[in-house]
Amino acid sequence: MHEYSIVSALLARVEAEARAHGAEAVHRIRVQIGELSGVEKELLESAYELARERTLCEKAELEVVSVEARWACSSCKSTIPKGAVLRCSVCDLPAQLAEGDEILLERVEMEVPDV
Amino acid sequence: MCETCGCGDSDLVPVEVHEAILSENERGARHNREHFNEARVLAVNLMGSPGSGKTAVLEATARALAGKRRLSAMSGDLATDNDANRLEAAGIPSRSITTGSACHLDAKLVHEGLHDLPWRETDLLFIENVGNLVCPAVYDLGQAVNVVALSVTEGEDKPLKYPVMFRTADLVLLTKVDLLPHLPQIDVAAIEDGLARTMPDPAVIHVSAITGEGIDRWVGWLEEKRVVARSEVAARV
Repeated sequence: MHEYSIVSALLARVEAEARAHGAEAVHRIRVQIGELSGVEKELLESAYELARERTLCEKAELEVVSVEARWACSSCKSTIPKGAVLRCSVCDLPAQLAEGDEILLERVEMEVPDV
Repeated sequence: MCETCGCGDSDLVPVEVHEAILSENERGARHNREHFNEARVLAVNLMGSPGSGKTAVLEATARALAGKRRLSAMSGDLATDNDANRLEAAGIPSRSITTGSACHLDAKLVHEGLHDLPWRETDLLFIENVGNLVCPAVYDLGQAVNVVALSVTEGEDKPLKYPVMFRTADLVLLTKVDLLPHLPQIDVAAIEDGLARTMPDPAVIHVSAITGEGIDRWVGWLEEKRVVARSEVAARV
């Protein structure tokens, strides 16, 4: 299970961002996780619950946006349905994953003291 | 304003980041890739389930390429040095990367592993990943190609069950094909159909490390990739 190592990379990245902005706490984190990224949403969330203790993210909500896999022809861009052979029947070319492999930190909301 | 001490309240500040969570690993992988390219070494990330035959394929590769190509290897292993010892015995200078509880290799572990391996003096560096069909697919190591060993005994639906692993594969080695006569229930066409639904450009070679079947095709595939990688590097210089 690699979700713990993903969460520790996430926390390190968010804390660096928070420090750079002089934040005293992180309020909310939004990440995108693709269906074909190899990361399970539930495992990521439970790893986060354990890892966030005693960090700037201790009270931060983790919002996980799931991104469905979408395959398309590399030439004509027409969609190739999930579960089908990954080749365009018209162009006879391999499909490309248009989206669905994201493991992305999208947005951080932090509490910055008003000075 | 706080009435007790006069300090300011906190403002909620949103910051758009839009960065890969594994960007640190991606940087490490780029660094490894530069090393491999400079040294003109083809780095092969070999993945697959525990027991799929990764080490046996490398032993057969060493026999096929003895005296022709110089090889080295590192083996990711949870707890033992067994795989690296087998590869050393087969004549491949090898180093074990003991990962403890970690289920995959990452770019940093591979970089550390390079330090005491004479990989620069070789043509091919095999990175035998931890036996696992999930986690290794997530981490770029800086390899030129991803190869997945899938044995005929693992079941026909493995590609459909583990699409992330097969999506990233440049080649699937269907291993232990010498066992097929004893496995009437296994339909190789069904395995290949599953691969066509998970790999955009499926490439499959049937091999047996015992009989040597298909090893020449596998070695030919490696040679082709090595020549392509070298000409790409030469074109950039």
